[in-house]
Amino acid sequence: MLYINCPHCGMRSQNEFSYGGDASVKRPELNTEISDKEWDDFVYNRKSLRGKHLELWQHISGCRQWIKVERDTATHEIFRTFKADEEVA
Amino acid sequence: MTQAFRIENGGLINRDKKLSFKFNGKNYFGYEGDTLASALLANGVHLVGRSFKYHRPRGFFGAGVDEPYAVVQLYRNGETEPNIKATEQELFEGLEAKSVNCWPSVNFDIGAINNFLRIFLPAGFYYKTFMWPKSFWYRIYEPFIRKAAGLGVASTKHDKERYEHKYEHCDLLIAGSGPSGLAGAYAAAKNGAKVILAEDKPRFGGSLLTSDVNIGNQSGKDWAEGIIAELKTMPNVVVKNRSQIFGYYDHNMLVMSEKVSDHLPSTKKYHPNKRLWYIRAKEVLISSGSIERPIVFGNNDTPGVMLSSAAKEYLKVYGVVVGRKPLVFTNNDSGYETAIEFKKHGVDPVVLDSRINPDSEIIDEAKNLEINIKNSYVVVAAQGYKKVKSADIASISEDKKQLGKIENIQCDCICVSGFWTPTIHLASQSGNKTKFKEEIDAFVPGQSKQNEITLGAANGEFSLEETLKTSFTAGSELSKKITENDNKIAIPNVVEKKSSQHDKFWCVPLPKGKSYKRFLDFQNDVAVSDVEIALREGYRSIEHVKRYTTLGMATDQGKTSNLNGLQLVSEIENKVVPSVGHTTFRPPYTPVSIGAIVGREVGKHSKPTRKSPMHSWHEKNNAVFVDAGVWLRPRYYRRGNENLFEGSKREAKNVRTNVGVCDVTTLGKIDIKGPDAAELLNRVYTNAWLKLPVGKARYGVMLREDGIVMDDGTTTRISENHYHMTTTTAQAANVLSHLEYYLQLVWPELNVNVVSTTEQWAGAAIAGPKSRDLLQKLFPNSNVSNEGLPFMGYMEGDLFGVKARIYRISFSGELAYEVNVESDYGNFMWEKIIEVGEEFNIQPYGTEALSTLRIEMGHVAGSELDGRTIPYDNALEGLVSKKKDFIGKRSLQRSAFIEENRQRIVGVVPLDKQTSIPEGSHLVKDDKAPLPNPKLGHISASCWSVEYDNPFSLAILKDGKNMIGQKLFAMSPLKNKVIPVEIVSSHYVDPKGERVRS
Ligand SMILES: [Zn+2]
Repeated sequence: MLYINCPHCGMRSQNEFSYGGDASVKRPELNTEISDKEWDDFVYNRKSLRGKHLELWQHISGCRQWIKVERDTATHEIFRTFKADEEVA
Repeated sequence: MTQAFRIENGGLINRDKKLSFKFNGKNYFGYEGDTLASALLANGVHLVGRSFKYHRPRGFFGAGVDEPYAVVQLYRNGETEPNIKATEQELFEGLEAKSVNCWPSVNFDIGAINNFLRIFLPAGFYYKTFMWPKSFWYRIYEPFIRKAAGLGVASTKHDKERYEHKYEHCDLLIAGSGPSGLAGAYAAAKNGAKVILAEDKPRFGGSLLTSDVNIGNQSGKDWAEGIIAELKTMPNVVVKNRSQIFGYYDHNMLVMSEKVSDHLPSTKKYHPNKRLWYIRAKEVLISSGSIERPIVFGNNDTPGVMLSSAAKEYLKVYGVVVGRKPLVFTNNDSGYETAIEFKKHGVDPVVLDSRINPDSEIIDEAKNLEINIKNSYVVVAAQGYKKVKSADIASISEDKKQLGKIENIQCDCICVSGFWTPTIHLASQSGNKTKFKEEIDAFVPGQSKQNEITLGAANGEFSLEETLKTSFTAGSELSKKITENDNKIAIPNVVEKKSSQHDKFWCVPLPKGKSYKRFLDFQNDVAVSDVEIALREGYRSIEHVKRYTTLGMATDQGKTSNLNGLQLVSEIENKVVPSVGHTTFRPPYTPVSIGAIVGREVGKHSKPTRKSPMHSWHEKNNAVFVDAGVWLRPRYYRRGNENLFEGSKREAKNVRTNVGVCDVTTLGKIDIKGPDAAELLNRVYTNAWLKLPVGKARYGVMLREDGIVMDDGTTTRISENHYHMTTTTAQAANVLSHLEYYLQLVWPELNVNVVSTTEQWAGAAIAGPKSRDLLQKLFPNSNVSNEGLPFMGYMEGDLFGVKARIYRISFSGELAYEVNVESDYGNFMWEKIIEVGEEFNIQPYGTEALSTLRIEMGHVAGSELDGRTIPYDNALEGLVSKKKDFIGKRSLQRSAFIEENRQRIVGVVPLDKQTSIPEGSHLVKDDKAPLPNPKLGHISASCWSVEYDNPFSLAILKDGKNMIGQKLFAMSPLKNKVIPVEIVSSHYVDPKGERVRS
């Protein structure tokens, strides 16, 4: 079970969180022209990365904040965690 | 009955407490502190089972967790449990056990014919043979294999035992209470660290219980006892015996199974049988010791052949001699320690040492005791079927290829020592890349990956002095990092005998003309010849060899067989062992009860149960409950002998004619506040929300980004910046998460807050033509007329002194209202509604009537919004705004979603107006068409229309828009039904929706 550092609450076990997928996906702006390809990429197309991956988790049984977690998908190592509005450098 | 193999004195058992037990129907005695294995051996019982494949007789091989043979079926307190190691099961009064893997009995086993057929049962036999003819599989092969195989029988009864889970954090977790574990624990504890010390056996001390050493001027055993006694007094230390750490998971999470009650005749009241500990440790010290390795020789699986360390443990811990004429076969000094113990207890052993001329303090001691030692000698084969009777022995050449003349010597047991294999399972599970250590012919942990360190014998360090030194230091250093204390501990002086180098010899060659089975894996019956076949047939990867031969795949996970298997592969392949590599170690280290893994989450505890504030009223009024997600909801309120059909029909009918009340507390409720709340709703819902006036409710549909309907419900504008959203019961949590996702990540600029208020409000739906009259009586000071509170209107009211929210919304299609009060007043509200409603013939109605009412009105619910339908499919396209953008809108342009003959909701009526259509039935054009009959749609929900008194269903049907009036067939192969049906409008009752506005 992963041990995730919620930037709002501190170290918490994985079973308090729910997974939210790739954090690098940006939703297209509302009320803009969006090509089929762009929309498909946003809705469906995801890379299945091996290695460092920035992903979303929600601290669902805690502060309910969505957070970003930088995790190695192969080793499960967690490098850093960020608040939703924090820039990932 | 006397215990013929129990010595007069000695051992750590309690001779004052005699225990009776039964094995295979026969009565025996043992002592408190015995294991089932030691008690049987004390009684001279060596035959305890049959082997897995050949059904050869099986005895005891080890004395603990590594035991491959002595797996029994245990009977305790009216329950039975399979797959119990006799070497781990502590004796208790009245214990009963039986052999497994033998039928009809351990002494006469029909499966043993496999032993004589063994030439036909080589590696891969099951893969090759039982494949054909195919028809034989179910009738002949499988029943035969099932009867012959297995490690016991699981109980089919409900398990009465209780199992607990516990979550724990600590600074230092220590696996194993041998010298290294004790030293590490002591040093860390003295620095104030929070320490958990786990020992899988009942007694602490590990190898110190059986080795002849001194620490700080006392025996190793006394030193261990002293340390444990002191640790137990320290508030920062938890010491646990009977507790096996079996898994090392991510981020230093380890799981331990504590056997709380297995050593007792029955579990004490309020105690669990086992407790599973999830331990998050800052640091882990793995001091799991090592397991003795067998040497491979002919018939080395005969009962009476056992590890030399096991023989020593039976003697020193349990006071049991495993034989009166022991033969010790060794390639290192450990065998001598066992021989010396035998000699000290008046038993004369013979020692065969494969080495030419070994020399050490231990060997000198053996010589001084005049033990018969034969150097450059090996056991070629054990003789005897159900028990060792003698051994064929021979001298062996220096290159270990040539055997001398074979002699036969009498013996009643053969104690084998092929040196030691560090127990690296936990380290390997942690992700540590293990490395091969030439000096000991075994793998040891390499670079740590998590916060773990392996010390002592588990790290291939067999010197006690060195082990204590490194472990005290590690305990101090690891704890210092955490507690910043630095209490120096004086490392006690150690007296131990120095060992000489072991012989890298592991397998006795076959003498010419002999074909003895030489076993590598004792539990799965994998012999040297099987691995040879696998390699001959082209298997190369050790992982493939393992799966083809099943080497190391039994419940003992190859604890005694892995390394010898690797040695063999490397020898045949002419590679060095490290390049062959070992197979992956996976948790659990040893079998764990399913009950322990499941814990308390069984039966009604498998999920939480949520009840509305009106639950007790429902109970008192004969509600029959149904699970709605985690909620318990009344399905109908039984009157007399009514069944579900009759009761729900009565309730639904009463709503259509008088008035009914339904507990709708379970609906998801989300409070939405902020200046941008309307904008959020406008983006989340498909319809327009910016112009909803205060005091008005609106029905809305929300989509996922892929265009599929996610949920529906009404949202009411309570005040300028305050909205109350309702969701379906099932989607409540998802919708909240969905809103939080967009607010926190996508549109953080929106100034809105959302919070779940599902539990804060109790809800009652009042529905039926008389509902307004009732409402007026409930709220005499409010104007609830059609003008005062029009359809989709909202107001606050005073319910006999309780503040209430009144929404004029309808799920039933009737004139209806929903009244909410704070949860604590829920029951008060309900009772008032029932009381005041009496004059209007009010009846409570449950979910079944609720469904009936919504189905015949054509209102969609979860069975239509099933994660596969878009607004059009549910006839909700009128709610999809063409002007504004919203979540999922772009997906609605997908070609499949705008197809002309897109699926759509319809109503379905059986032609005979009699036969109810099972939900899930397929709609087809031709009931006689060959299979697979093309499916045009499916029945999503069925009811008995109370309006028309005939069955009515909703369906999602291909080209539903143009199918009204068509005749089709509803087919349910599950219910074996073919029903001719007519397609009608989904709005079966009041299609214009006049009632809700009346
Ligand atoms: Zn948090």
